[in-house]
Amino acid sequence: MTEITCKLLVIGAGPGGYVCAIRAGQLGIDTVIVESTKLGGSCLNVGCIPSKAMIHVAEEFEKAADAAAGRTPFGLTAGAPALDLKQAVAWKDGIVQRLNNGVAALLRKAKVKIVHGRARFRDGKTVVVETETGPKTIQAEAIVIATGSAPVELPFLPFGGDVISSTGALALTELPKRLVVVGGGYIGLELGTAFARMGSKVTVVEAQGNILPLYDTELTGPISKRLTALGVEVLTGAKALGLTPKGDGLRIETADGKERSLPADKILVTVGRKPVTDGLGLENLVLDMDGRFIRIGERCETAMRGIYAIGDVTGEPMLAHRAMAQGEMVAEIVAGLPRAWDKRGIAAICFTDPEIVSVGLSPQEAKAAGHELKIGQFPFAANGRAMTRHGEAGFVRVVADARSELVLGIQAVGQGVSELSAAFGLAVEMGATLQDIAGTIHAHPTLGEAFPEAAMKALGHALHI
Amino acid sequence: MAERIIKLPDVGEGIAEAELVEWHVKVGDIVREDELLAAVMTDKATVEIPSPVEGEVTWIGAEVGDTVAIGSAIVKLKVAGEGGAAVEETAADESAQDAPAEKAAPPAPAKPEKPSTPAAPPKLPTPKPAVPALRLATAPAARRAPGEKPLASPAVRLKAREAGVDLRQVPGTGPAGRITHEDIDAFLLHGPEPVRGGGLAQRTDVTDIKVVGLRRRIAEKMALSKSRIPHITIVEEVNVSPLEDLRATLNKKPTPERPKLTLLPFLMRAMVKAIAEQPNLNALYDDDAGIIHQHAGVHIGIATQTPSGLIVPVVKHAEARDIWGCGIELGRLAERGRDGTATRDELTGSTITITSLGALGGIATTPVINYPEVAIVGVNKMMVRPVWDGTTFVPRKMMNLSCSFDHRVIDGWDAAVFVQRLKELLENPATLFVDM
Repeated sequence: MTEITCKLLVIGAGPGGYVCAIRAGQLGIDTVIVESTKLGGSCLNVGCIPSKAMIHVAEEFEKAADAAAGRTPFGLTAGAPALDLKQAVAWKDGIVQRLNNGVAALLRKAKVKIVHGRARFRDGKTVVVETETGPKTIQAEAIVIATGSAPVELPFLPFGGDVISSTGALALTELPKRLVVVGGGYIGLELGTAFARMGSKVTVVEAQGNILPLYDTELTGPISKRLTALGVEVLTGAKALGLTPKGDGLRIETADGKERSLPADKILVTVGRKPVTDGLGLENLVLDMDGRFIRIGERCETAMRGIYAIGDVTGEPMLAHRAMAQGEMVAEIVAGLPRAWDKRGIAAICFTDPEIVSVGLSPQEAKAAGHELKIGQFPFAANGRAMTRHGEAGFVRVVADARSELVLGIQAVGQGVSELSAAFGLAVEMGATLQDIAGTIHAHPTLGEAFPEAAMKALGHALHI
Repeated sequence: MAERIIKLPDVGEGIAEAELVEWHVKVGDIVREDELLAAVMTDKATVEIPSPVEGEVTWIGAEVGDTVAIGSAIVKLKVAGEGGAAVEETAADESAQDAPAEKAAPPAPAKPEKPSTPAAPPKLPTPKPAVPALRLATAPAARRAPGEKPLASPAVRLKAREAGVDLRQVPGTGPAGRITHEDIDAFLLHGPEPVRGGGLAQRTDVTDIKVVGLRRRIAEKMALSKSRIPHITIVEEVNVSPLEDLRATLNKKPTPERPKLTLLPFLMRAMVKAIAEQPNLNALYDDDAGIIHQHAGVHIGIATQTPSGLIVPVVKHAEARDIWGCGIELGRLAERGRDGTATRDELTGSTITITSLGALGGIATTPVINYPEVAIVGVNKMMVRPVWDGTTFVPRKMMNLSCSFDHRVIDGWDAAVFVQRLKELLENPATLFVDM
């Protein structure tokens, strides 16, 4: 058995793990990273990146279809579009491949040793990795668990055949005529919307009363409207029961308690993600757990000295950019630098149509935290750029403390608002006040102009409404 | 509709200007005849300016704290009347209203920059509050509630961590209490605040109070006195036991003609007697002209605390009043002073002053001379003290007098003689009533 000794061992080369390893390498730390599949983790291989690629394909297809049907208000027509989904998936895979290679190059540049295989803790300082060339023992002073998460499987609807996870959905080479999505969270709606735009008949089954239950109905309103326009049937308060006897559809119990069958070519189950800890040998450690997640402190430290955990394996919010920031921080902590988690906001985005972006506290959360509020909301219907993009749905909303006028949270829904997350995140992280935002010149004509207008509205003097 | 211009009337003899201390109206108000428009303060008295007519205030010519020349326009009123009267017409007409000056003769303004012509553009369209309320979104270095996360940019947070600074200890001076780079620098330089917790918090707020009206007069007068007069103060103790016995006897059966007496009428009579021997102490020193006006009449100012500040009503001709007369006049003036109803005449003309804080009088004080007088008599608190009578200690009611003199014109010897004479008279009260 080969033995490796290093200062830092990172288990999992997703966004959290590979960023941690790169940063550690930059800081001159002798680092090894272990990955059982491909570099980049869920995000890069089967999550954020490929889904955005397919959403883009769907968007382009829909535009062409609209032009073919003469549905544009500006007189654009075109012949009926055809989509070679196989080629689209190949294009997407090419992007993923490039990014895989990019991560590998960055790790090499940072002089990080990459070990492929499954890691299993033997004790708090030792990990055994089953590689193609046999087991390797790695001794490390510090170990970072960055094993991520995987889609949750419903016991009565196991993945396989026509029941697919988000991973499967992104690999479909043939468009399902009828797609049933179980779970109306952001993953289900992003993918469901994309398939609907490509021409699938999509039905969404959500157990709770609303789609995107983590957001308020003001924010989800434009999404619901758009889903209706796309012909997506949304069944809220409905429970999936299992496959139809023939396996050609899904049996559900509707909100009024009736059983109904939804014919489907594919059934996409997106009911959440669970931490990946199986086979990791956690039973050989003494970690505090938070449900199925690993409990961490403000330095991402676990209950065991020298063992850290970052990313989805530590729980919500399961976001790649959170994992990356944690990974960077842990690398610096291992390098002996004084660091602790002190972020004010982590932007969360739904790449639905229109998009939702949210940073910091929602009005409800801010109220629950005891703040008196000043809230300003500015609609894109009053924004010139939104009109010229032919996408006027949505708004920007700024939530501030009434006394100090400190911005506590910013939300927006609208076409292309995901890119506003940069401005929103900066404002919250820097501790901007309403006046700071209102007093910053925002270029005209852009969607971003709605941001200072919302701040001015909260201050009582919006200009363009 | 016609316009009437209300000018600042002559509020006292020889007064060229007065300070506007209060507005009772603002632009847009409807005033009735005799309703008060404003209050102005001269050297001594506050004078209310009533409106001579009914009308709507359209313009106000001064701010609280401004010094206004007698005869300058202070208020414009829109009045019902001989329709269509032009501004020019009322301008010619106005001088007949309040100022006793001849028609069309412009009143002499004390300051040329105060235009007395009503055609002049208004200096300020509306009156402003005396203290402009400057409101900041948050007070500087705002306190965080316990447990509240300190607000700072990521760069500041990192700087703090690298420097080993706990941001919770650092006051933030930025908007919304944000901790700035400068706050960290200051914290590193000066360390944590010396006193934290226990409910004891440093306060950095400053309240600005405009010094106007009586307070400004007092300030000016005190500064004038202390800057011009080299004070000499003598403190002497007086055995007032016999005087107090006498006073108790006299106060047994008070009548309206003979009310209860305080110690002050006795002191006033003692001063009258002492001044008769040293008339140079009862004088006003015009130091600009180099002349001492030595007065035959003894007009004793009585420094009196009122809710708005220190005033000095004057008991005129104390030499012509007996002990009861002094007491009655003293009581009357004290009351009017506290009510704020004392007239200008009652507040001017003193030639020497008494200052007494009663039980708060302390052991000794350094009274400030009421310029341009040359002497002031300060009364300290009375208390029973052991006094050596040659064989034993006996309890005596003792009281100190702290008297200040203008050392330019009163020599120390003269001052000491005066104080000793007061002591002698007060310790032997019978001599107060004997012509010697």
